[in-house]
Amino acid sequence: MKTLWNSYRYLFMRRFTQIGMLVLYFGANAWGWTVLQGNLSSSLIFGIVPMSDPYAALQMLAAGAVLATDLLIGAGVATAFYFLIGGRAFCSWVCPINMVTDFASFVRELIGMNKLTGVKQPASRNLRYWILALSLVISAIMGVTAFEFISPISMVHRGLVFGMGFGWAAIVIIFLFDLFVLKNGWCGHVCPLGGFYSLLGKFSLIRVNHLEENCTLCMKCKVVCPENQVLHMIGKESLPVLSGECTNCARCIEVCDDNALEFSIRSMAQNKKTGE
Amino acid sequence: MKKQALTDRRKFILNMARGVGLATIGGFVWSAYVDEVTASTLMLRPPGALKEDDFLKTCIKCGLCVEACPYDTLMLAKPGDNKPLGTPYFVPRDIPCYMCPDIPCVPVCPTGALDESSVTSTEGVLDINSADMGLAVVDEESCIAFWGIQCDACYRACPILGEAITIEYQKNDRTGKHAFMKPIVHSDACTGCGMCERACVTEKPAIFILPRETAMGKAGDYYIKGWDKEDEKRLQNAKEIKTVTEISKDSAINSLNGSLEDLY
Repeated sequence: MKTLWNSYRYLFMRRFTQIGMLVLYFGANAWGWTVLQGNLSSSLIFGIVPMSDPYAALQMLAAGAVLATDLLIGAGVATAFYFLIGGRAFCSWVCPINMVTDFASFVRELIGMNKLTGVKQPASRNLRYWILALSLVISAIMGVTAFEFISPISMVHRGLVFGMGFGWAAIVIIFLFDLFVLKNGWCGHVCPLGGFYSLLGKFSLIRVNHLEENCTLCMKCKVVCPENQVLHMIGKESLPVLSGECTNCARCIEVCDDNALEFSIRSMAQNKKTGE
Repeated sequence: MKKQALTDRRKFILNMARGVGLATIGGFVWSAYVDEVTASTLMLRPPGALKEDDFLKTCIKCGLCVEACPYDTLMLAKPGDNKPLGTPYFVPRDIPCYMCPDIPCVPVCPTGALDESSVTSTEGVLDINSADMGLAVVDEESCIAFWGIQCDACYRACPILGEAITIEYQKNDRTGKHAFMKPIVHSDACTGCGMCERACVTEKPAIFILPRETAMGKAGDYYIKGWDKEDEKRLQNAKEIKTVTEISKDSAINSLNGSLEDLY
Protein backbone atom coordinates (compact mmCIF):
# COMPACT_ATOMS: atom_id res chain seq x y z
CA MET A 1 0.00 0.00 0.00
CA LYS A 2 1.39 3.36 -1.01
CA THR A 3 0.68 5.97 1.62
CA LEU A 4 2.49 9.20 2.32
CA TRP A 5 3.79 7.70 5.54
CA ASN A 6 4.94 4.57 3.78
CA SER A 7 6.79 6.44 1.06
CA TYR A 8 8.48 8.91 3.37
CA ARG A 9 8.49 7.31 6.82
CA TYR A 10 12.26 7.25 7.23
CA LEU A 11 12.59 10.73 5.75
CA PHE A 12 10.08 12.01 8.32
CA MET A 13 11.94 10.25 11.11
CA ARG A 14 15.29 11.57 9.94
CA ARG A 15 14.05 15.13 9.77
CA PHE A 16 12.48 14.63 13.18
CA THR A 17 15.77 13.55 14.78
CA GLN A 18 17.79 16.19 12.92
CA ILE A 19 15.50 19.07 13.84
CA GLY A 20 14.67 17.66 17.27
CA MET A 21 18.34 17.52 18.20
CA LEU A 22 18.85 21.06 16.96
CA VAL A 23 15.96 22.22 19.15
CA LEU A 24 17.40 20.41 22.17
CA TYR A 25 20.85 21.91 21.61
CA PHE A 26 19.34 25.34 21.06
CA GLY A 27 17.24 25.02 24.22
CA ALA A 28 20.34 24.12 26.22
CA ASN A 29 21.99 27.40 25.28
CA ALA A 30 18.88 29.58 25.31
CA TRP A 31 16.89 28.24 28.23
CA GLY A 32 19.30 26.02 30.11
CA TRP A 33 17.81 22.64 29.16
CA THR A 34 20.06 19.78 30.13
CA VAL A 35 18.94 17.06 27.73
CA LEU A 36 21.58 17.77 25.12
CA GLN A 37 24.21 20.41 25.88
CA GLY A 38 27.10 21.64 23.78
CA ASN A 39 27.08 20.97 20.06
CA LEU A 40 28.03 18.24 17.60
CA SER A 41 31.74 18.71 18.34
CA SER A 42 31.24 17.68 21.94
CA SER A 43 28.10 17.35 23.97
CA LEU A 44 26.76 16.24 27.27
CA ILE A 45 23.64 14.08 27.34
CA PHE A 46 21.39 14.59 30.40
CA GLY A 47 24.33 16.32 32.02
CA ILE A 48 26.15 13.00 32.45
CA VAL A 49 27.08 11.11 29.31
CA PRO A 50 29.77 12.84 27.24
CA MET A 51 29.82 12.39 23.49
CA SER A 52 32.57 13.89 21.37
CA ASP A 53 33.38 13.96 17.69
CA PRO A 54 36.01 11.22 17.30
CA TYR A 55 37.35 12.84 14.13
CA ALA A 56 37.96 16.10 16.01
CA ALA A 57 39.72 14.11 18.72
CA LEU A 58 41.88 12.49 16.04
CA GLN A 59 42.85 15.91 14.69
CA MET A 60 43.68 17.07 18.20
CA LEU A 61 45.89 14.03 18.61
CA ALA A 62 47.61 14.84 15.32
CA ALA A 63 48.02 18.47 16.40
CA GLY A 64 49.81 17.29 19.51
CA ALA A 65 47.22 18.20 22.12
CA VAL A 66 47.00 16.32 25.39
CA LEU A 67 43.68 14.48 25.26
CA ALA A 68 41.67 14.79 28.45
CA THR A 69 39.85 11.81 29.94
CA ASP A 70 36.41 13.31 29.35
CA LEU A 71 37.21 13.76 25.70
CA LEU A 72 38.50 10.21 25.33
CA ILE A 73 35.38 8.83 26.98
CA GLY A 74 33.19 11.08 24.81
CA ALA A 75 34.95 10.07 21.61
CA GLY A 76 34.73 6.44 22.71
CA VAL A 77 30.99 6.70 23.31
CA ALA A 78 30.41 8.29 19.90
CA THR A 79 32.62 5.73 18.17
CA ALA A 80 30.84 2.81 19.84
CA PHE A 81 27.43 4.31 19.07
CA TYR A 82 28.06 4.90 15.38
CA PHE A 83 29.95 1.65 15.15
CA LEU A 84 26.73 -0.09 16.13
CA ILE A 85 24.10 1.84 14.20
CA GLY A 86 26.20 2.50 11.10
CA GLY A 87 28.89 5.14 10.90
CA ARG A 88 27.27 7.39 8.38
CA ALA A 89 23.95 7.26 10.18
CA PHE A 90 25.43 10.45 11.62
CA CYS A 91 25.33 11.96 8.14
CA SER A 92 21.69 11.24 7.36
CA TRP A 93 20.11 11.26 10.81
CA VAL A 94 22.02 13.94 12.71
CA CYS A 95 24.11 16.27 10.54
CA PRO A 96 22.30 19.55 9.75
CA ILE A 97 24.15 19.91 6.45
CA ASN A 98 22.31 16.82 5.24
CA MET A 99 19.12 18.88 5.01
CA VAL A 100 20.92 21.42 2.80
CA THR A 101 22.43 18.85 0.47
CA ASP A 102 19.23 16.80 0.29
CA PHE A 103 17.40 19.95 -0.71
CA ALA A 104 20.06 20.77 -3.31
CA SER A 105 19.74 17.26 -4.65
CA PHE A 106 15.96 17.62 -4.82
CA VAL A 107 16.15 20.94 -6.68
CA ARG A 108 18.83 19.55 -8.98
CA GLU A 109 16.49 16.81 -10.09
CA LEU A 110 13.55 19.20 -10.26
CA ILE A 111 15.16 21.72 -12.60
CA GLY A 112 16.80 19.04 -14.73
CA MET A 113 20.34 19.90 -13.76
CA ASN A 114 21.22 16.21 -13.82
CA LYS A 115 20.31 16.02 -17.49
CA LEU A 116 22.59 18.95 -18.25
CA THR A 117 25.62 17.53 -16.49
CA GLY A 118 24.99 13.91 -17.46
CA VAL A 119 25.81 10.83 -15.49
CA LYS A 120 29.58 11.18 -15.56
CA GLN A 121 30.79 12.95 -12.44
CA PRO A 122 33.96 15.02 -12.72
CA ALA A 123 35.33 14.07 -9.31
CA SER A 124 36.06 10.86 -7.48
CA ARG A 125 34.19 9.88 -4.35
CA ASN A 126 37.55 8.96 -2.88
CA LEU A 127 38.32 12.66 -2.62
CA ARG A 128 37.01 12.58 0.95
CA TYR A 129 39.65 10.10 2.05
CA TRP A 130 42.37 12.28 0.56
CA ILE A 131 40.95 15.27 2.40
CA LEU A 132 40.70 13.21 5.58
CA ALA A 133 44.39 12.29 5.35
CA LEU A 134 45.32 15.84 4.39
CA SER A 135 43.48 17.26 7.39
CA LEU A 136 45.54 15.09 9.73
CA VAL A 137 48.79 16.09 7.99
CA ILE A 138 47.93 19.78 8.23
CA SER A 139 46.84 19.37 11.85
CA ALA A 140 50.21 17.82 12.63
CA ILE A 141 52.21 20.48 10.79
CA MET A 142 50.25 23.53 11.88
CA GLY A 143 49.50 22.38 15.42
CA VAL A 144 45.79 23.17 15.16
CA THR A 145 42.74 21.08 14.37
CA ALA A 146 42.72 21.80 10.65
CA PHE A 147 39.23 20.72 9.62
CA GLU A 148 37.58 22.13 12.72
CA PHE A 149 38.58 25.63 11.59
CA ILE A 150 36.90 25.28 8.19
CA SER A 151 34.20 22.69 8.88
CA PRO A 152 30.88 24.00 7.58
CA ILE A 153 29.19 21.30 9.66
CA SER A 154 30.37 22.66 12.98
CA MET A 155 30.08 26.20 11.62
CA VAL A 156 26.41 25.77 10.79
CA HIS A 157 25.54 23.74 13.84
CA ARG A 158 27.37 26.12 16.16
CA GLY A 159 25.70 28.95 14.31
CA LEU A 160 22.23 27.56 14.90
CA VAL A 161 22.89 27.03 18.59
CA PHE A 162 25.15 29.97 19.47
CA GLY A 163 24.59 32.61 16.78
CA MET A 164 25.18 32.42 13.06
CA GLY A 165 27.31 35.41 12.03
CA PHE A 166 28.37 34.90 8.45
CA GLY A 167 27.83 31.16 8.87
CA TRP A 168 24.86 31.30 6.50
CA ALA A 169 27.39 31.79 3.72
CA ALA A 170 28.62 28.24 4.34
CA ILE A 171 25.09 26.96 3.76
CA VAL A 172 24.79 28.92 0.53
CA ILE A 173 28.18 27.72 -0.72
CA ILE A 174 27.35 24.08 -0.08
CA PHE A 175 23.89 24.41 -1.58
CA LEU A 176 25.20 26.03 -4.77
CA PHE A 177 28.11 23.59 -4.99
CA ASP A 178 25.78 20.61 -4.79
CA LEU A 179 23.29 22.22 -7.13
CA PHE A 180 25.55 23.45 -9.90
CA VAL A 181 29.02 21.95 -9.52
CA LEU A 182 28.80 18.38 -8.35
CA LYS A 183 25.86 16.09 -7.68
CA ASN A 184 26.03 15.00 -4.03
CA GLY A 185 29.19 17.09 -4.01
CA TRP A 186 29.72 17.90 -0.37
CA CYS A 187 28.34 14.83 1.41
CA GLY A 188 29.25 12.33 -1.29
CA HIS A 189 32.66 13.57 -2.34
CA VAL A 190 34.28 16.21 -0.17
CA CYS A 191 33.31 15.89 3.49
CA PRO A 192 36.14 14.23 5.45
CA LEU A 193 33.87 13.68 8.45
CA GLY A 194 31.68 11.55 6.17
CA GLY A 195 34.87 9.86 5.05
CA PHE A 196 35.81 9.16 8.64
CA TYR A 197 32.40 7.71 9.41
CA SER A 198 32.55 5.68 6.18
CA LEU A 199 35.66 3.98 7.49
CA LEU A 200 34.02 3.44 10.87
CA GLY A 201 30.79 2.21 9.25
CA LYS A 202 32.54 -0.60 7.38
CA PHE A 203 31.98 -2.73 10.44
CA SER A 204 28.63 -1.51 11.68
CA LEU A 205 25.75 -3.80 12.53
CA ILE A 206 22.66 -2.19 11.01
CA ARG A 207 22.59 -2.72 7.28
CA VAL A 208 20.24 -2.35 4.37
CA ASN A 209 19.65 -5.80 2.97
CA HIS A 210 18.74 -6.57 -0.64
CA LEU A 211 16.51 -9.48 -1.60
CA GLU A 212 17.19 -10.12 -5.23
CA GLU A 213 14.20 -12.45 -5.70
CA ASN A 214 11.80 -9.54 -5.03
CA CYS A 215 13.62 -7.01 -7.23
CA THR A 216 11.91 -5.92 -10.45
CA LEU A 217 14.89 -3.87 -11.62
CA CYS A 218 12.99 -0.58 -11.52
CA MET A 219 16.18 1.15 -10.31
CA LYS A 220 14.26 3.72 -8.26
CA CYS A 221 16.64 2.98 -5.40
CA LYS A 222 19.69 3.83 -7.47
CA VAL A 223 18.15 7.11 -8.57
CA VAL A 224 17.28 8.20 -5.06
CA CYS A 225 20.49 7.01 -3.38
CA PRO A 226 23.03 9.75 -2.61
CA GLU A 227 25.83 7.16 -2.62
CA ASN A 228 24.52 4.89 -5.36
CA GLN A 229 27.84 3.07 -5.80
CA VAL A 230 26.97 1.14 -2.64
CA LEU A 231 23.93 -0.39 -4.37
CA HIS A 232 25.99 -2.32 -6.91
CA MET A 233 24.25 -5.58 -6.03
CA ILE A 234 20.75 -4.45 -6.97
CA GLY A 235 19.05 -7.06 -9.13
CA LYS A 236 22.14 -9.18 -9.21
CA GLU A 237 22.62 -10.76 -5.84
CA SER A 238 20.90 -10.94 -2.46
CA LEU A 239 23.48 -9.10 -0.41
CA PRO A 240 23.45 -6.59 2.41
CA VAL A 241 24.90 -3.18 1.58
CA LEU A 242 28.30 -3.65 3.11
CA SER A 243 30.01 -0.45 2.04
CA GLY A 244 30.64 2.02 4.85
CA GLU A 245 29.67 4.80 2.50
CA CYS A 246 26.00 3.89 2.86
CA THR A 247 24.44 6.50 5.14
CA ASN A 248 21.56 4.30 6.31
CA CYS A 249 19.23 7.05 5.16
CA ALA A 250 16.75 4.37 4.03
CA ARG A 251 15.47 6.32 1.04
CA CYS A 252 16.01 3.18 -1.05
CA ILE A 253 13.78 1.20 1.30
CA GLU A 254 11.03 3.79 0.98
CA VAL A 255 11.04 4.02 -2.78
CA CYS A 256 11.13 0.28 -3.30
CA ASP A 257 7.66 -0.95 -4.22
CA ASP A 258 8.65 -4.59 -4.19
CA ASN A 259 10.02 -5.18 -0.68
CA ALA A 260 13.41 -5.89 -2.16
CA LEU A 261 15.20 -3.70 0.38
CA GLU A 262 14.93 -3.68 4.17
CA PHE A 263 16.93 -2.93 7.28
CA SER A 264 18.56 -5.88 8.94
CA ILE A 265 21.27 -6.78 11.38
CA ARG A 266 24.52 -7.48 9.65
CA SER A 267 25.19 -11.06 10.74
CA MET A 268 21.56 -12.15 10.29
CA ALA A 269 21.61 -10.83 6.75
CA GLN A 270 24.75 -12.73 6.02
CA ASN A 271 23.44 -15.91 7.61
CA LYS A 272 20.34 -15.75 5.52
CA LYS A 273 22.48 -15.62 2.45
CA THR A 274 24.82 -18.47 3.33
CA GLY A 275 22.76 -20.65 5.62
CA GLU A 276 19.32 -20.90 3.97
CA MET B 1 54.24 7.15 -34.03
CA LYS B 2 51.21 5.18 -33.11
CA LYS B 3 49.15 6.42 -30.21
CA GLN B 4 49.09 3.87 -27.43
CA ALA B 5 46.37 3.36 -24.87
CA LEU B 6 47.46 3.97 -21.31
CA THR B 7 48.58 0.88 -19.52
CA ASP B 8 47.01 0.17 -16.13
CA ARG B 9 50.36 0.78 -14.52
CA ARG B 10 50.72 4.18 -16.12
CA LYS B 11 47.12 5.02 -15.32
CA PHE B 12 47.69 4.19 -11.67
CA ILE B 13 50.87 6.25 -11.48
CA LEU B 14 49.24 9.20 -13.22
CA ASN B 15 46.20 9.03 -10.95
CA MET B 16 48.39 8.92 -7.89
CA ALA B 17 50.49 11.83 -9.14
CA ARG B 18 47.31 13.77 -9.79
CA GLY B 19 46.03 13.02 -6.29
CA VAL B 20 49.27 14.09 -4.66
CA GLY B 21 49.41 17.22 -6.80
CA LEU B 22 45.89 18.25 -5.94
CA ALA B 23 46.50 17.44 -2.28
CA THR B 24 49.55 19.71 -2.35
CA ILE B 25 47.57 22.60 -3.81
CA GLY B 26 44.75 22.06 -1.36
CA GLY B 27 47.15 21.55 1.50
CA PHE B 28 48.92 24.85 0.97
CA VAL B 29 45.70 26.83 0.55
CA TRP B 30 44.21 25.14 3.59
CA SER B 31 47.34 25.66 5.72
CA ALA B 32 47.57 29.30 4.71
CA TYR B 33 43.96 29.84 5.67
CA VAL B 34 44.30 28.06 9.00
CA ASP B 35 47.50 29.96 9.77
CA GLU B 36 45.80 33.23 8.97
CA VAL B 37 42.67 32.64 11.06
CA THR B 38 44.57 31.40 14.08
CA ALA B 39 47.15 34.18 13.96
CA SER B 40 45.13 36.00 16.51
CA THR B 41 44.63 38.95 17.87
CA LEU B 42 43.77 40.27 21.23
CA MET B 43 41.29 37.69 22.40
CA LEU B 44 40.37 37.27 26.01
CA ARG B 45 39.79 33.65 26.94
CA PRO B 46 37.68 32.17 29.76
CA PRO B 47 39.34 31.53 33.14
CA GLY B 48 41.81 28.68 33.23
CA ALA B 49 42.48 28.72 29.49
CA LEU B 50 45.70 27.12 28.34
CA LYS B 51 48.30 29.23 26.57
CA GLU B 52 46.93 30.37 23.22
CA ASP B 53 48.90 27.86 21.10
CA ASP B 54 47.80 24.93 23.22
CA PHE B 55 44.33 26.33 23.57
CA LEU B 56 43.83 26.42 19.80
CA LYS B 57 44.76 22.77 19.41
CA THR B 58 42.85 21.58 22.47
CA CYS B 59 39.56 23.51 22.34
CA ILE B 60 36.91 21.43 20.54
CA LYS B 61 34.58 24.45 20.18
CA CYS B 62 31.60 22.78 21.85
CA GLY B 63 30.38 25.86 23.73
CA LEU B 64 29.76 24.07 27.04
CA CYS B 65 31.63 26.89 28.81
CA VAL B 66 29.40 29.42 27.06
CA GLU B 67 26.30 27.59 28.23
CA ALA B 68 27.65 27.29 31.77
CA CYS B 69 28.29 31.03 32.13
CA PRO B 70 25.40 32.53 34.13
CA TYR B 71 26.09 36.08 32.93
CA ASP B 72 26.26 35.43 29.17
CA THR B 73 29.81 36.74 29.31
CA LEU B 74 31.30 34.11 27.05
CA MET B 75 30.65 33.89 23.32
CA LEU B 76 31.84 31.60 20.57
CA ALA B 77 33.61 33.34 17.68
CA LYS B 78 31.31 33.43 14.67
CA PRO B 79 32.29 33.63 11.02
CA GLY B 80 32.75 37.35 10.44
CA ASP B 81 34.10 38.07 13.91
CA ASN B 82 37.64 37.76 12.54
CA LYS B 83 38.64 35.58 15.43
CA PRO B 84 39.68 31.92 15.54
CA LEU B 85 36.41 30.31 14.55
CA GLY B 86 34.24 28.77 17.22
CA THR B 87 36.56 29.45 20.15
CA PRO B 88 35.20 31.10 23.31
CA TYR B 89 36.06 34.68 24.23
CA PHE B 90 34.61 37.66 26.02
CA VAL B 91 34.47 41.41 25.56
CA PRO B 92 34.73 42.99 29.02
CA ARG B 93 33.35 46.38 28.00
CA ASP B 94 30.10 44.61 27.07
CA ILE B 95 29.96 41.91 29.74
CA PRO B 96 32.98 41.28 31.97
CA CYS B 97 33.74 38.06 33.81
CA TYR B 98 31.97 38.33 37.16
CA MET B 99 34.36 35.85 38.74
CA CYS B 100 31.92 33.25 40.12
CA PRO B 101 33.57 31.46 43.07
CA ASP B 102 32.43 28.07 41.73
CA ILE B 103 33.77 28.87 38.22
CA PRO B 104 31.00 26.97 36.35
CA CYS B 105 32.67 27.44 32.94
CA VAL B 106 35.84 25.52 33.72
CA PRO B 107 34.92 22.02 35.01
CA VAL B 108 32.49 21.46 32.11
CA CYS B 109 35.28 21.69 29.53
CA PRO B 110 35.60 18.17 28.09
CA THR B 111 39.04 18.64 26.59
CA GLY B 112 40.95 20.40 29.32
CA ALA B 113 41.43 23.49 27.15
CA LEU B 114 40.11 25.20 30.26
CA ASP B 115 42.40 23.69 32.83
CA GLU B 116 40.78 23.15 36.20
CA SER B 117 44.11 22.74 37.97
CA SER B 118 45.20 26.23 36.94
CA VAL B 119 42.31 27.77 38.88
CA THR B 120 42.58 25.47 41.89
CA SER B 121 44.35 26.68 45.00
CA THR B 122 46.99 24.63 46.79
CA GLU B 123 44.30 23.45 49.21
CA GLY B 124 42.48 21.85 46.30
CA VAL B 125 39.49 24.17 46.10
CA LEU B 126 38.49 26.24 43.09
CA ASP B 127 39.92 29.73 43.38
CA ILE B 128 38.84 32.26 40.78
CA ASN B 129 41.37 34.76 42.11
CA SER B 130 44.14 32.64 40.62
CA ALA B 131 42.61 32.96 37.14
CA ASP B 132 44.60 34.75 34.50
CA MET B 133 42.42 35.94 31.65
CA GLY B 134 44.47 39.04 30.94
CA LEU B 135 45.81 42.14 32.57
CA ALA B 136 44.27 45.58 33.06
CA VAL B 137 46.27 48.36 31.48
CA VAL B 138 45.72 52.06 32.22
CA ASP B 139 46.11 54.66 29.51
CA GLU B 140 47.40 57.56 31.59
CA GLU B 141 46.67 60.04 28.81
CA SER B 142 42.93 59.45 28.84
CA CYS B 143 42.41 58.41 32.47
CA ILE B 144 40.79 61.39 34.12
CA ALA B 145 42.25 60.44 37.51
CA PHE B 146 45.64 61.14 36.00
CA TRP B 147 44.33 64.56 34.93
CA GLY B 148 43.54 65.33 38.54
CA ILE B 149 39.78 64.79 38.35
CA GLN B 150 38.65 62.57 41.16
CA CYS B 151 37.51 59.17 39.88
CA ASP B 152 38.01 55.77 41.36
CA ALA B 153 35.37 53.86 39.39
CA CYS B 154 37.78 51.11 38.34
CA TYR B 155 39.16 50.74 41.85
CA ARG B 156 35.65 50.41 43.29
CA ALA B 157 34.63 47.93 40.59
CA CYS B 158 37.65 45.69 41.11
CA PRO B 159 36.63 42.40 42.80
CA ILE B 160 40.02 42.25 44.50
CA LEU B 161 40.37 45.96 45.17
CA GLY B 162 43.36 46.94 47.22
CA GLU B 163 45.36 44.13 45.65
CA ALA B 164 44.79 44.18 41.91
CA ILE B 165 44.18 47.93 41.79
CA THR B 166 45.46 50.36 44.38
CA ILE B 167 45.15 54.13 44.48
CA GLU B 168 48.39 56.08 44.59
CA TYR B 169 48.17 59.55 46.08
CA GLN B 170 50.38 62.23 44.60
CA LYS B 171 50.50 65.97 45.07
CA ASN B 172 48.94 67.99 42.30
CA ASP B 173 51.50 70.70 41.65
CA ARG B 174 49.16 72.54 39.31
CA THR B 175 46.77 73.55 42.08
CA GLY B 176 49.20 73.09 44.93
CA LYS B 177 46.47 71.87 47.27
CA HIS B 178 44.89 68.83 45.64
CA ALA B 179 46.00 65.26 45.12
CA PHE B 180 46.09 62.99 42.13
CA MET B 181 44.47 59.69 43.02
CA LYS B 182 45.97 57.45 40.41
CA PRO B 183 44.78 53.86 39.86
CA ILE B 184 47.71 51.45 39.73
CA VAL B 185 47.24 47.88 38.49
CA HIS B 186 49.28 45.11 40.04
CA SER B 187 49.97 42.31 37.60
CA ASP B 188 50.49 39.67 40.28
CA ALA B 189 46.91 40.01 41.55
CA CYS B 190 44.94 41.14 38.48
CA THR B 191 42.88 38.34 36.93
CA GLY B 192 41.80 40.28 33.85
CA CYS B 193 38.11 39.93 34.65
CA GLY B 194 37.44 43.32 33.08
CA MET B 195 35.03 44.72 35.65
CA CYS B 196 37.23 47.84 35.75
CA GLU B 197 36.99 48.22 31.98
CA ARG B 198 33.24 47.85 32.23
CA ALA B 199 33.07 50.50 34.98
CA CYS B 200 35.40 53.05 33.40
CA VAL B 201 33.59 56.35 32.91
CA THR B 202 35.48 57.64 29.87
CA GLU B 203 33.94 57.41 26.41
CA LYS B 204 36.37 54.72 25.37
CA PRO B 205 37.72 52.96 28.45
CA ALA B 206 41.00 54.33 29.78
CA ILE B 207 41.56 51.06 31.62
CA PHE B 208 41.22 47.95 29.51
CA ILE B 209 42.17 44.31 29.50
CA LEU B 210 44.85 42.92 27.21
CA PRO B 211 46.10 39.34 27.07
CA ARG B 212 49.01 39.15 29.47
CA GLU B 213 51.38 38.18 26.67
CA THR B 214 50.59 41.45 24.92
CA ALA B 215 50.37 43.66 27.96
CA MET B 216 53.67 42.74 29.61
CA GLY B 217 57.31 43.09 28.69
CA LYS B 218 60.08 40.86 29.95
CA ALA B 219 63.30 42.06 31.58
CA GLY B 220 65.17 38.89 30.67
CA ASP B 221 68.14 37.36 32.44
CA TYR B 222 70.55 40.25 32.16
CA TYR B 223 68.97 42.35 34.86
CA ILE B 224 68.67 41.33 38.49
CA LYS B 225 67.16 43.22 41.38
CA GLY B 226 70.32 43.17 43.49
CA TRP B 227 68.42 44.42 46.52
CA ASP B 228 65.91 41.59 46.35
CA LYS B 229 67.06 38.27 47.81
CA GLU B 230 64.31 36.36 45.97
CA ASP B 231 65.26 37.84 42.62
CA GLU B 232 68.95 37.18 43.25
CA LYS B 233 68.22 33.46 43.38
CA ARG B 234 67.92 33.58 39.61
CA LEU B 235 71.71 33.87 39.61
CA GLN B 236 72.23 30.54 41.37
CA ASN B 237 72.45 28.39 38.31
CA ALA B 238 73.77 31.13 36.04
CA LYS B 239 76.67 30.30 33.79
CA GLU B 240 79.10 32.77 32.34
CA ILE B 241 78.68 33.38 28.66
CA LYS B 242 81.69 35.07 27.13
CA THR B 243 81.52 36.47 23.64
CA VAL B 244 84.68 37.41 21.83
CA THR B 245 84.59 40.24 19.33
CA GLU B 246 87.27 42.12 17.41
CA ILE B 247 87.59 44.56 20.30
CA SER B 248 87.36 42.20 23.26
CA LYS B 249 89.79 39.49 22.12
CA ASP B 250 92.68 41.58 23.56
CA SER B 251 92.86 42.99 27.08
CA ALA B 252 91.11 46.28 27.63
CA ILE B 253 94.32 48.38 27.81
CA ASN B 254 95.84 46.78 24.75
CA SER B 255 92.58 47.11 22.93
CA LEU B 256 92.37 50.82 23.74
CA ASN B 257 96.04 51.41 22.86
CA GLY B 258 95.97 49.00 19.97
CA SER B 259 95.22 51.41 17.20
CA LEU B 260 97.69 54.05 18.38
CA GLU B 261 100.52 52.86 16.13
CA ASP B 262 98.62 54.38 13.26
CA LEU B 263 99.37 57.80 14.76
CA TYR B 264 103.11 57.51 14.32
